[in-house]
Amino acid sequence: MFTEFKFLSTVLLVACCSLSYADTEYQTLGKPAQHLTKQAQWNLTITPEGKNLPEGHGSAEQGAKIFALKCAACHGPAGIGASAEPLIGEVGSLTSEYPEKTINSYWPYATTLFDYIRRAMPIDAPFSLSANEVYALCAYILSQDGIINATQELNANNLPQVLMPNKEGFVAIYPEENQ
Amino acid sequence: MTKPSANRRQFLQKAAFGSAFAGTFSLPVWAAQDIPGLPESMQKPGENFTNYGQPSTHEQQVIRWVSANPAAPGNGVSWTPLHDLQGTITPNGLHYERHHNGVPQIDPNQHLLLIDGLVDKPLSFDVASLLRYPMISRICFIECGGNSNSGWRRNPIQSKVGYAHGLVSSAEWTGIPLKLLLQEAGIKTDAKWVIAEGADGAALNISIPLEKLLDDALLALYQNGERLRPENGYPMRLVLPGWEGILNVKWLRQLRLTQTPAMSRDETSQYTELQADGKARQFTFIMEAKSLITSPSLGMVLPDNPGIYQISGLAWSGRGKIARVEISADGGESWLDAELHGPILDCSFTRFSLPWHWQGDYAVLQSRATDETGYVQPTREALVANRGRHGFFHYNAIVSWEITEEGDINHVYGI
Repeated sequence: MFTEFKFLSTVLLVACCSLSYADTEYQTLGKPAQHLTKQAQWNLTITPEGKNLPEGHGSAEQGAKIFALKCAACHGPAGIGASAEPLIGEVGSLTSEYPEKTINSYWPYATTLFDYIRRAMPIDAPFSLSANEVYALCAYILSQDGIINATQELNANNLPQVLMPNKEGFVAIYPEENQ
Repeated sequence: MTKPSANRRQFLQKAAFGSAFAGTFSLPVWAAQDIPGLPESMQKPGENFTNYGQPSTHEQQVIRWVSANPAAPGNGVSWTPLHDLQGTITPNGLHYERHHNGVPQIDPNQHLLLIDGLVDKPLSFDVASLLRYPMISRICFIECGGNSNSGWRRNPIQSKVGYAHGLVSSAEWTGIPLKLLLQEAGIKTDAKWVIAEGADGAALNISIPLEKLLDDALLALYQNGERLRPENGYPMRLVLPGWEGILNVKWLRQLRLTQTPAMSRDETSQYTELQADGKARQFTFIMEAKSLITSPSLGMVLPDNPGIYQISGLAWSGRGKIARVEISADGGESWLDAELHGPILDCSFTRFSLPWHWQGDYAVLQSRATDETGYVQPTREALVANRGRHGFFHYNAIVSWEITEEGDINHVYGI
């Protein structure tokens, strides 16, 4: 027993005192995550092509009721002129002396509207609206400036087709001036 | 049997300790009575140790100025009090904030970072694993794209310099070069953009060119030596030196590699600059060179007329190092070079100074920065002529402080 203990302690002593550089600088510790990439919670971003839009549908008529209940307090009953960002109206105002960057006057893609409402609105309860409610709000807001017909229902197929008035209004500075 | 003897030993130690102290204290207490004017702090023991230090109670006016939406108090900003600070590092409790829906309280044991999209193998990383990666530290500023936006107004705002220009701060950030994590996942050749998403109540998402993340971006875990503050992204955030604050995503939960940008709200509706012709500049990532005189500045008074004053300020550029800062006391008619205080680092605050003999005349103080690429900070006139008045973001014009003959200081737009 004694000899064995002495042997072990010698080995330990050698192991403790010897320092060598690691063969590779660090150990890769990422865990395979194929199973996560399909989950809804990791697919929140909706692209202009409509990728990740959920199933569902909604109309302006339904949206008007939701807007009055959940949006008007901050955005105003008409969607403009209150404490939060202006949403509706002022299409064509961008070159005027007092331009208003509303959704309908400024945003280049309608898909962004779904993306943003779902993830961030109402501000006191993000992710609380159903897909149908978000489609309905999109339909209501867009129909207020005639961007879509007041009777048109929006869904995953036709939301990306909506042509926003200011779609061509942006000049990409990156990468040209960034080099 | 052991108890009584232990007690006895303690008693003896106490007795010895007590008598020793009695001996050393008796002399100075007696002696102090004979030294007129001795500060009170020298005549008694001070406060106890603290687990986490706080500023002096006499410095409680040095605060971030919070400006938030009353209806949604988590949506707003807080400004760094640049006028009360010196040097080039912002204390962590005073780093500016921009939150879109409050500060999330995240348990690091529950938090994951997912890297997926156009990669060979999607990977998730927990915090404990990330803390084992090799890290680097770098000092850089982070500036909100909306900093100084009151400059676009027709009339100069009369706010202290930090409360008009303090959506910029500087820290030493320590973390993992993002390149390591992206390479571990394996980057597919068609990947061009990365959509970053935060785990806050705004689930903030924004697109970043992959090449920036491969260049000098950090996954920051530490800020000025300590783990990130919750308001600065705990447990992890992006730091993209020199690039607009919004891209330095806090509470980072996902990096998805894509071919094209997401066109999210914060890269279309916001953080784009509407110009006079109705077209908006988009993906304006770099924060251009800028400088400010922090002292003397609005809210201060020059007490001696005439008198000598140390003009001091900050300059920085998202394109690299500051090469030169010039100062004018006549609203830009004539300029003198200020001294630059080293170290002068890429994308970092550079402190400049110049001793000024004020003769009591009306003066307009200005500073003008030039960076190593030769870019010169524009006058307000030139910036407005170039960009119009409705861009809101990326205001970097020369700032002018009017010194009246009484020594009062006002914000003006030039002589």
